[in-house]
Amino acid sequence: MSQHTHSTEDHSHDEHASMSVGKIWKVFGILLLITVIEFIVALWVKPKGYLGSHEILIGNTIYIVLTLVKAFYIVAYFMHLKYEKLGLQLSLSISFIFIIYFIVLMFIEGGYLNLQMPSH
Amino acid sequence: MDSISKLDEIKNTPWSGGKSPFAAEYGKLMMWFFLLSDAFTFSALLVYYGAQRFSKVSWPSPDKVFQSIPGITDHGAPLVFVGIMTFILIMSSVTMVLAVEAGHRKSKKEVIGWMIATIIGGFMFLGCQAIEWSHLHHQGFWWGEIPAQAELEKFFINPASVSVVSAQQFANLFFTITGFHGFHVFSGVVINIIILIMTINGTFEKRGHYLMVEKVGLYWHFVDLVWVFVFTFFYLV
Repeated sequence: MSQHTHSTEDHSHDEHASMSVGKIWKVFGILLLITVIEFIVALWVKPKGYLGSHEILIGNTIYIVLTLVKAFYIVAYFMHLKYEKLGLQLSLSISFIFIIYFIVLMFIEGGYLNLQMPSH
Repeated sequence: MDSISKLDEIKNTPWSGGKSPFAAEYGKLMMWFFLLSDAFTFSALLVYYGAQRFSKVSWPSPDKVFQSIPGITDHGAPLVFVGIMTFILIMSSVTMVLAVEAGHRKSKKEVIGWMIATIIGGFMFLGCQAIEWSHLHHQGFWWGEIPAQAELEKFFINPASVSVVSAQQFANLFFTITGFHGFHVFSGVVINIIILIMTINGTFEKRGHYLMVEKVGLYWHFVDLVWVFVFTFFYLV
């Protein structure tokens, strides 16, 4: 029992070394900064028409890329996945191939309905 | 050949047995797999929402639907209130990591302090969400309910292309998805309170490690992660 506790301690000590209080606040700063950028785009850049004629496409691309960056920082640093074993990282992330497939599938379907059923 | 056969060599790789290949404790690993399945559930809801939006010619504009700051103004301030909600949730995620960090140092007092801060953040977010819901309900939106045609025109960019079906789908999906997320926040707060009580009772001190704080921390960050996506797809896009 005491041996088990000891190994757990060693394990958590390793993790501690990788995520200091300073690093936590740095990640918080990055997340806040990205959110502020999203707000600037939504409240200032887009209404003023700086994105040109494709503003919906460009705006949405910016939002989605920034969202994925935020998601990366939360999962990698707050949820600590960056410091886990590669095997765990892969088994959790590769599964999202199914979600990407699902997105493509459903959006093609939605786009088709948009064209074929304009009254809706 | 004086060396032993390849077949007789003792294998010492991570996957050849005798050790934990992911080097993660059982409960933590199971929390990860649960969160993966939960991520699939949320993805399914959001993909359906996206497919609906793609299939419609017009859709209520979030900038026009969400314009109020409770107690300050009823319209003309898009995104401000949800910005506050986002900040609250990110902030409570930070206090949760700080609780985990304090747990690594086995500092019971700091864990208690940061856990309390996280729980307060959770309650604040739930309060904001309740206000947001009741505001939208007063505007006439609910599951199966939308405002009258004349009112509805205010929520579309082009009043000529008002779609009753789109408005109804928007209302149903908004309440379902933010409701499902809010339910996760609520259960997260309940679990955090249980862990706080266990910390105060000294359960983890006796156990010698604060791994439970890490596990609920994973759940709490996941709730924050989902909100990042809900925020983008309901309020920005």
